[in-house]
Amino acid sequence: MALNITDIKRIAHLARIEINEAEAQATLSKLSGILGLIEQMQAVDTTGITPMSHSQDVVQRLREDVITETNQRELLQSIAPAVAGGLYLVPKVIE
Amino acid sequence: MINNSLKQLGQMLAKKEISSVEMTQTFLNRIQQYNPSINAFITLDADKTLAQAKLADARIAAGGAEPLTGIPIAQKDIFCAKGWRTTCGSKMLANFIAPYDAYVISQFDTAGAVNLGKTNMDEFAMGSSNETSFFGGVKNPWDFDRVPGGSSGGSAAAVAARLCAAATGTDTGGSIRQPASLCGFTGLKPTYGLVSRYGMIAFASSLDQAGPMAKSAEDCALMLDVMAGFDERDSTSLNRPKELYSRDLNMSLKGLRIGLPREYFAEGLDVNVAKVIEVAIAEYKKLGAEIVDISLPNSQLSIPVYYVLAPAEASSNLSRYDGVRYGHRATQYNDLMDMYMKSRAEGFGAEVKRRILIGTYVLSAGYYDAYYLKAQQIRRLIADDFTQAFKKCDIIMGPTAPSTAFKAGEKADDPVAMYLQDVYTIATNLAGLPGMSIPAGFSNGLPVGLQIMGNYFDEARMLGVAHAYQQVTDWHMRMPDLKALEEIE
Repeated sequence: MALNITDIKRIAHLARIEINEAEAQATLSKLSGILGLIEQMQAVDTTGITPMSHSQDVVQRLREDVITETNQRELLQSIAPAVAGGLYLVPKVIE
Repeated sequence: MINNSLKQLGQMLAKKEISSVEMTQTFLNRIQQYNPSINAFITLDADKTLAQAKLADARIAAGGAEPLTGIPIAQKDIFCAKGWRTTCGSKMLANFIAPYDAYVISQFDTAGAVNLGKTNMDEFAMGSSNETSFFGGVKNPWDFDRVPGGSSGGSAAAVAARLCAAATGTDTGGSIRQPASLCGFTGLKPTYGLVSRYGMIAFASSLDQAGPMAKSAEDCALMLDVMAGFDERDSTSLNRPKELYSRDLNMSLKGLRIGLPREYFAEGLDVNVAKVIEVAIAEYKKLGAEIVDISLPNSQLSIPVYYVLAPAEASSNLSRYDGVRYGHRATQYNDLMDMYMKSRAEGFGAEVKRRILIGTYVLSAGYYDAYYLKAQQIRRLIADDFTQAFKKCDIIMGPTAPSTAFKAGEKADDPVAMYLQDVYTIATNLAGLPGMSIPAGFSNGLPVGLQIMGNYFDEARMLGVAHAYQQVTDWHMRMPDLKALEEIE
């Protein structure tokens, strides 16, 4: 599947990465090369093969519904870019 | 002392021939001398390090020492260590002070080991040369014009240059084994699920696995004893009884069936690397092993499959870096969306962005079946190849990397050429199998690694197989001549 510059900009937007025209052009050629590599998969007949996500076929563990975490708000917010009154600050989203 | 095994260092501490503070200072001095040219470490904190060494000395004096108590270990900068800057090689986390310890870090702390510092790495472990690090490339201690491999390039250079007693690494597609091959030491990627991923910054969660990087198989066994273990906080951590990984170090290789996959000796393998591997295999025959011809017919698909699965998982994992709770935030932006877009554009380097974009693309609407699902199906075929192979042999051997260390800049602008560095290592990550690389000789003065792959949970036997070879060869004891290299510089 051939990519074009519009695809690159759309993907970058989905990934929330700002990209300018020159970067989009450079990315297009590199990504096309990588997708060319990936296309080799399409020659393989995988009908009826169960997808594999984990080698050990384990199941999600369950635990007792009890509190295991302690409140570490101050510690965790000490590394945030902007906080006030125990809240994370971001640009205004509601007028 | 710098070339001593972990066991020998432990004995020196036990006999009070040296204190942990003195031993640690010796390595800190070497780091101070050579790190400015090698760039193996991103963060050093001598005060913190020496405080740990003091505690270790007190513990040794009180008679409570464990095998690694007091021994200075370098930690890959992918492991969160409380109070330490933990960057993952990225501008995104350049000022991130970890608020908690990774499982691996707490295991070393409990064992009384000393954290010598945080080592350089490809950004978010995405790379095979350490050139994608925001903190600059790392020099290969055997030739300063060449790369150490990646992504655990800083740990690799630190072990090879004897700037630490041993180091940790992580391996998603070969990031422990390929640098072990390029820098000439012993590195092991355990079975997926053996070492908890808690606090290990995520790249591709179904493939990421931490492991030891050290001089010898014996050293790796002692390291893995500390690193392996069940942890509730990693949902893929396997709940198995604790093992002693040194238990088979003195096993006999008589009758051991070593499988050589045809596909690993085909086109693409450097002829001089192939010769070194053949000589190593001949050595194993002398030790009593039988050589079996095997096939891993889908192995050529491992790179395409990997470059769907790993970027897909990465694009999801790295969505957490939004400039809100931690990490880089752009200084100028218009609104929330703009803040996300600019923070991520500024915080991530080119290779990380490429992988996020590939991952976003293959997971986007309409493409899931053609890419992600297809890749997971072929992943099973690749794993099944190994299941079939292990019916015919006990251990699989081959080259770790297709070539010796390449020159810095040689592949930096060609992602596909760089990806082929991991052609022999990726399949075991996809299958979840353990793999290791041991020094097997040199080609034109550069180290060559022999790869040893085992069945699930067969680490103790793999270490025994490696140790037997290291009893009759001395490749693992060879050290680069750093002084001569610095003079060339």
